[in-house]
Amino acid sequence: MVRNANAAAKQPKNQLTRRSGWSSFINSENAAGYIFLAPWLIGFLVFTAYPIFASLYYSFTNLNPLKGLGKETFVGFQNYINMFTTDSVYYTALRVTFVYALVSVPLRLIFALFIAMLLNRKSKASGVYRTIYYLPSIVGGSVAVAVMWRSLWIQEGTINAVLQSIGIQCEWGWLTQPSTALMCLIILAVWQFGSSMLIFLAGLKNIPAEYYEAATVDGAGPFRKFFSITIPMLTPVIFFNLINQLILGFTAFTQAYITTRGGPMNETMFYALHLYRQGFEYNKMGYASAMAWILLIIIGIMTAIIFKSSNSWVYYESKGE
Amino acid sequence: MKTRRQVGTVIYHIFMILFALLMLYPIIWMIMSSFKPSIDVMTKSYELIPSTWDFTNYYRGWVNGISNIPFSTFTWNSLYISVLATLGTIISASLAAYAFARCKFKLRGFWFACMLISMMMPIQVVMIPQYVMFQQFGWAQSALPLIVPAFFAASYGPFSIFLMMQFMQGIPKDLDEAATIDGCGKYSIFFRIIMPLIKPAIASAAIFAFYWKWDDFIGPLLYLNKPQNYTISMALRMMSDKDAITDWGVMFAMSTVSLIPTLIIFFCFQRYLVEGISTTGLKG
Repeated sequence: MVRNANAAAKQPKNQLTRRSGWSSFINSENAAGYIFLAPWLIGFLVFTAYPIFASLYYSFTNLNPLKGLGKETFVGFQNYINMFTTDSVYYTALRVTFVYALVSVPLRLIFALFIAMLLNRKSKASGVYRTIYYLPSIVGGSVAVAVMWRSLWIQEGTINAVLQSIGIQCEWGWLTQPSTALMCLIILAVWQFGSSMLIFLAGLKNIPAEYYEAATVDGAGPFRKFFSITIPMLTPVIFFNLINQLILGFTAFTQAYITTRGGPMNETMFYALHLYRQGFEYNKMGYASAMAWILLIIIGIMTAIIFKSSNSWVYYESKGE
Repeated sequence: MKTRRQVGTVIYHIFMILFALLMLYPIIWMIMSSFKPSIDVMTKSYELIPSTWDFTNYYRGWVNGISNIPFSTFTWNSLYISVLATLGTIISASLAAYAFARCKFKLRGFWFACMLISMMMPIQVVMIPQYVMFQQFGWAQSALPLIVPAFFAASYGPFSIFLMMQFMQGIPKDLDEAATIDGCGKYSIFFRIIMPLIKPAIASAAIFAFYWKWDDFIGPLLYLNKPQNYTISMALRMMSDKDAITDWGVMFAMSTVSLIPTLIIFFCFQRYLVEGISTTGLKG
């Protein structure tokens, strides 16, 4: 009897310890961490990690949705060889994309920095200006703006109308001329300098005013201050912007797809556009996967170069913490 | 000296206003063109204010639409896809952000690096295998490939994770410790303490997620094949696809309609956008 009572008394205690074991497990850093991480982790494995490896595999096959998925055969390096030997548009796509990225990104950053400098002064209106200059970026990715942009540059469009009003007769459509089509898309990209501008503005606000005061005492002029204080202090921001914008530049798609569809004479055939057409219009998905991997390698090399060189031009202020 | 500074200020403002007009001109021109009779849009493209106003463009575009599908259908498609995807991104990204910001689990650094890499991964690399995978799931020609990945913080998720994580790291750890002493576990800390405090970051992340989904073009282009399922961006493309657009008035009227949600959110919640971009330093 006494024993039984003891056992009965012991039971709940056992349960209690078991429950607290479970609750301490579920509350442990490891379990809680992975439970919170689970949705992203599953998504990462299924929608990002697996596709990366699958894409590498597909790039060595002749995957074609018309022949049936899962019926692809291994073709070795054939896709990569075709890219550089039989695809006559490929080099054009590479050239156009490099020109687009290497011209539009620096221009965009210079514009963004210039305007950010102008906005970085105490004025009641600067908030309004900031809003206005940022607006094109917020609508810029849309199809609506791409359609509008196309209509600005066509033969009977606004640009020619404005030129005519100042006495210049211009009879051509800028987007149908091989020599000017890419320029129109570069201007469209530069027009959307807003988000880089905001990042620069935040960077400028972080530069201590004492630096400028000290420079003034030492007799430095505005140019000296700009090159000796502003630029060095902003280099981490420039570095970050540069990588981000280059990736965006190399993967640009929508604007070319809507405004020019790659024409005229493939002069706006962006890499991403050529890739899309090979994969989804001509159904050469294996080939398109190989193109994607070359794109990834190009972006990887660019990023690596910027990272490597950053030691010599990016200035990190040591925080005395 | 004082007058010189005043002259400088005046020149500054004149320059800034002229430049603002130049920046806005294409957008204003587009909106104004939507009120012009279609014949006037190109023949009088130099005039900004319509000489004859025509408000029927909106009615014709909205009701008649394209290929007998009213534009309201496309708007609804864009709306439900964007809202669901935003909701999914916020839920999954806030959970992951909490894990990265507050839990010291094994391989944390490794997974964090994976997240950063996935943020920089060009969509072109994962596009084709994803397409094949969704075909095999039987999801092709539906909106599921545009919505479901968002609930697993894919595509734009990492940006939201990063943004919310940055914000959480600004919340003092003392709060967590005080809550632990009061008997809160990891889960109640998240729901009762962290979530209410990161509302501004949630707002920023939600706005960006909505924008990207609303403007997304390549996703709908790959997965939506039937015109009645098209989003606004696909409908505008279909409208502009004809080699010679004749009904410019309707074209610009519907383009303007497509920008309305973006503009409303922009003017109401601009603060969150600016904060989002400045704290993460990421694209907008």
